Amino acid sequence: MTGATLSGIVPHLPALQVVVPLLAAPVCFLLRRGVICWGFATLVSWAAFATSLVLLQVVLADGTIRYEMGGWAAPWGIEYVIDATNAIVLVIVSGIGSAVMPYARRSVMAEIPANQHGLYYTAYLLCLAGLLGVTITGDAFNVFVFLEITSLSSYILVSAGAGMDRRALTAAYNYLVLGTVGATFFVIGVGLLYMVTGTLNIIDLSERVPALQHNRTVHVAFAFIVVGMGLKLALFPLHTWLPNAYTYAPSTGTAFLAATSTKVSVYVLLRFLFVVFAPSYGFMALTLDYVLLPLALIGMVAATVAAIYQYNIKRLLAYSSVAQIGYMVLGIAYGSVEGLTAAILHLFNHALMKGALFLALGCIMLRVGDVTMRGVQGLGRQMPWTMAAFVTGGLSLIGVPLTVGFISKWYLITAALDDGRWPIAAVILASSLLAIIYVWKIVEAAYLKEPPEGRVVREAPLSMLVPTWVLVLANIGFGINAEFTVGVARTAAMGLLGGAP
Amino acid sequence: MNPSFLLAVTLLLPLLGAVFMALTGGRPNVREAVTLVTAGLLAAAVYALLQDVLAGGQPTATLVEVAPGLPLVLQVEPLGMLFACVASGLWIINSLYSIGYMRGNGEQNQTRFYICFAIAISSSMGIAFAGNMFTLFIFYETLTLSTYPLVAHKGTDEAKRGARVYLGLLMGTSIGFQMVAIIWTWIAAGTLDFTVGGILRDKIDPTLLPILLALYMFGIGKAALMPFHRWLPSAMVAPTPVSALLHAVAVVKAGVFTVLKVIVYIFGIDLLADTGASQWLIGVAAFTMLAASLVAMTKDNLKARLAYSTISQLSYIVLGAALATSFGILGGALHIATHALGKITLFMCAGAIYVATHKTEISQMDGLGRKMPFTYAAFLVGSLSIIGLPPLAGVWSKWYLAMGAVETGMWIVVAVYMISSLLNVAYLIPVVARGFFRPSPDLVPQSVGAAAAPAKDGVQEAPLLCVLPPCLTAAGCVVLFFYADEVIALLRPIVQ
Repeated sequence: MTGATLSGIVPHLPALQVVVPLLAAPVCFLLRRGVICWGFATLVSWAAFATSLVLLQVVLADGTIRYEMGGWAAPWGIEYVIDATNAIVLVIVSGIGSAVMPYARRSVMAEIPANQHGLYYTAYLLCLAGLLGVTITGDAFNVFVFLEITSLSSYILVSAGAGMDRRALTAAYNYLVLGTVGATFFVIGVGLLYMVTGTLNIIDLSERVPALQHNRTVHVAFAFIVVGMGLKLALFPLHTWLPNAYTYAPSTGTAFLAATSTKVSVYVLLRFLFVVFAPSYGFMALTLDYVLLPLALIGMVAATVAAIYQYNIKRLLAYSSVAQIGYMVLGIAYGSVEGLTAAILHLFNHALMKGALFLALGCIMLRVGDVTMRGVQGLGRQMPWTMAAFVTGGLSLIGVPLTVGFISKWYLITAALDDGRWPIAAVILASSLLAIIYVWKIVEAAYLKEPPEGRVVREAPLSMLVPTWVLVLANIGFGINAEFTVGVARTAAMGLLGGAP
Repeated sequence: MNPSFLLAVTLLLPLLGAVFMALTGGRPNVREAVTLVTAGLLAAAVYALLQDVLAGGQPTATLVEVAPGLPLVLQVEPLGMLFACVASGLWIINSLYSIGYMRGNGEQNQTRFYICFAIAISSSMGIAFAGNMFTLFIFYETLTLSTYPLVAHKGTDEAKRGARVYLGLLMGTSIGFQMVAIIWTWIAAGTLDFTVGGILRDKIDPTLLPILLALYMFGIGKAALMPFHRWLPSAMVAPTPVSALLHAVAVVKAGVFTVLKVIVYIFGIDLLADTGASQWLIGVAAFTMLAASLVAMTKDNLKARLAYSTISQLSYIVLGAALATSFGILGGALHIATHALGKITLFMCAGAIYVATHKTEISQMDGLGRKMPFTYAAFLVGSLSIIGLPPLAGVWSKWYLAMGAVETGMWIVVAVYMISSLLNVAYLIPVVARGFFRPSPDLVPQSVGAAAAPAKDGVQEAPLLCVLPPCLTAAGCVVLFFYADEVIALLRPIVQ
């Protein structure tokens, strides 16, 4: 490929970012054979990752990209808009996909019936396309469309766990019902906005809605969108679909969804709250302080306490996710540059932590077939690399220095103290101290207990260990040198709050 | 060699050693050789840095910028130099001792033990040479984590419980209080660099200073200020070499070292003296000192008694720092070295007794001194040094600490120091006295056939590698008495 063709492609990367995985999905379906589908899905993920990295680079160098789909100008056609905020989310989504896919072959072979492999990878590609689409698009209704693609495909990903545990089906059904309610609320909100503004383009909305701060219809739209996205991102107490879905989905599905899907919903909430509604005072601004903030705080503590009492480690991590989402929403609820920086930073960091942890759990699932406290007993000796990866991820979750978790905590607490919100800082600290308890339960079981009688297991295969460790090392790497992530998060936060990035 | 490079080497050397220990885990002799060589090289590197510092140098190395404005920086200054010398020097002796103890007791998982030990030493070096509070905090946490497996080493329920308390209290206080204090400082002062004279003057409302100081002091759980002292007795479930080097030297001294760093370089002693923000700390430290001594007297388990003694002695240093005078700071810093030498001797003796006789309770040790004369002689020297009698090193630090109290005119503090010394006599000397003067229970024939019992007055010492190290450190107590002036000369710049 010559340089000229390459530079010819670059302007169209925003479209390719979504179109490639979207078109790949039916192709994958036609390929049928599991291993071929796997190879294909892996290549597509890597291509998407490369695309997102180029886009991030372009955005950081030249500022916001606006791309008109099919050449139709903005208010009529659909526009893709990429700034620092969604560029980093694109990198997270496709990056996690690229790490999970190489890992998936062995894990999927062990967990899903052979005749469903092709379908599983197809659903994964659709989910990837949907998540990337939600993130990249600059059109409110298009967000809904991609949200539905994501949701429908993730129900499939969750229910694919039925081969191991039939409860995956009820988990997926529950997720389907609540996810649909969330998406419906969202589209009602978008419809109401369209009613009063006559546009669906997010940039146009952001110019017209602030003038309607006191319009009752806008208030209702705001409420529908916040609640709808609250359901999607599993904000406490709308999180009830999440623990079962994460517990019964196949390991790869859980790792991918946990690290990406709620993050994308957090991004949509960020975009609508601060760009479309941009509340400065009144009803909507108060929502931040009196609804999101308390829910985030309660969620942080309640979900962490719930996690402590879990026996199944997948479910434990799922509750921990609910708590961690509380951290992100907390940063959002501050409404300050510091707060949003912390939220976006944690969005990135948490994807790395949970990705690493769920992949390590997948290794345990493959070898032991049991991811409960009993299953990990004595694994410190029998699967040293897997457990070392898990412990490092756990330390990151606690927020130990030299991991990304520490950077997140540092910025969240700094943001709280900056505004003089001492009690909030105290809750953040309490929640991270509680996290020590549930992580340490697992550490003690793995290192200080003897394996059950007669169980002999080998270390996980390299094809699974390498992706796991890539994410673990990313946890450490971005924990030791966080200049890049902090820089991007700050640029994004300033962009969202309308300051010059 | 380039000093900045040397500085990074002090951190990397133990880690490199740990890697080699892992690789040679199957061959204990090679593994132990690696430990000793690493310890020797580390001490040499620290010694080379010492020469540089004595010549007035301040080697600095920036490792990485973690986040904007928050770099990982290493910088050598006198206080850290002293701590590094103590930790690296005693690591050699303690490694010899570890070999004797771990083999003598046939402990499990020895490779893990040596690896974690090396990582802990690397963290201690990081604490000693941290150039700002952020760097110090990071290594403070890695020290906690790397010593957790050592405390839980035996894997018994008791060890697990002890290790839980250990981790919970140290992590809890450091995340719950210390990290908040650091972030508060960062927001207020805009920097976390250790600066002579402090960074907080005019940056923070003086009425809030005592609160910030409290967050730091209780946040530094390793200094074992009451009521956050419980982790130290809990940590005594660890094998004795761990108690000796880590819970008499590296970990606890890292705590009081951090206290001194915070008071000297973050607050600045002038600021504390002017505002009286540390007055409350004098009370808390004095209480800890006396209360821990009293508890120590009630403990029959030798290691537990020594642990409470350590809690008490740590508060000597915190109290010296709280006085916010130059003598107090110098005395506190010197006490890091003198107490380290004395206490490691006592712990190694306790371990030697355990290896030789498997006795842990003082009441079982009657008459043991005649069987283990070298161990008990070393124990006596260590005790006397901690009590503070010449010609042993402990006298100098107490001297300076008392001078610091006199300087502030707080005679009651002088009295507290003296009372505490008397309490030291009351809980340490009986151990030796029982060993030498009480009749050994073995002397009382249990039955007529007891004549076949082993030679009653014969010397039955622990293995050489268990006995030699405490004798060396006991000799060190004497040597340091004569060279205390050199140490003071090294430290002098921090209070000028």
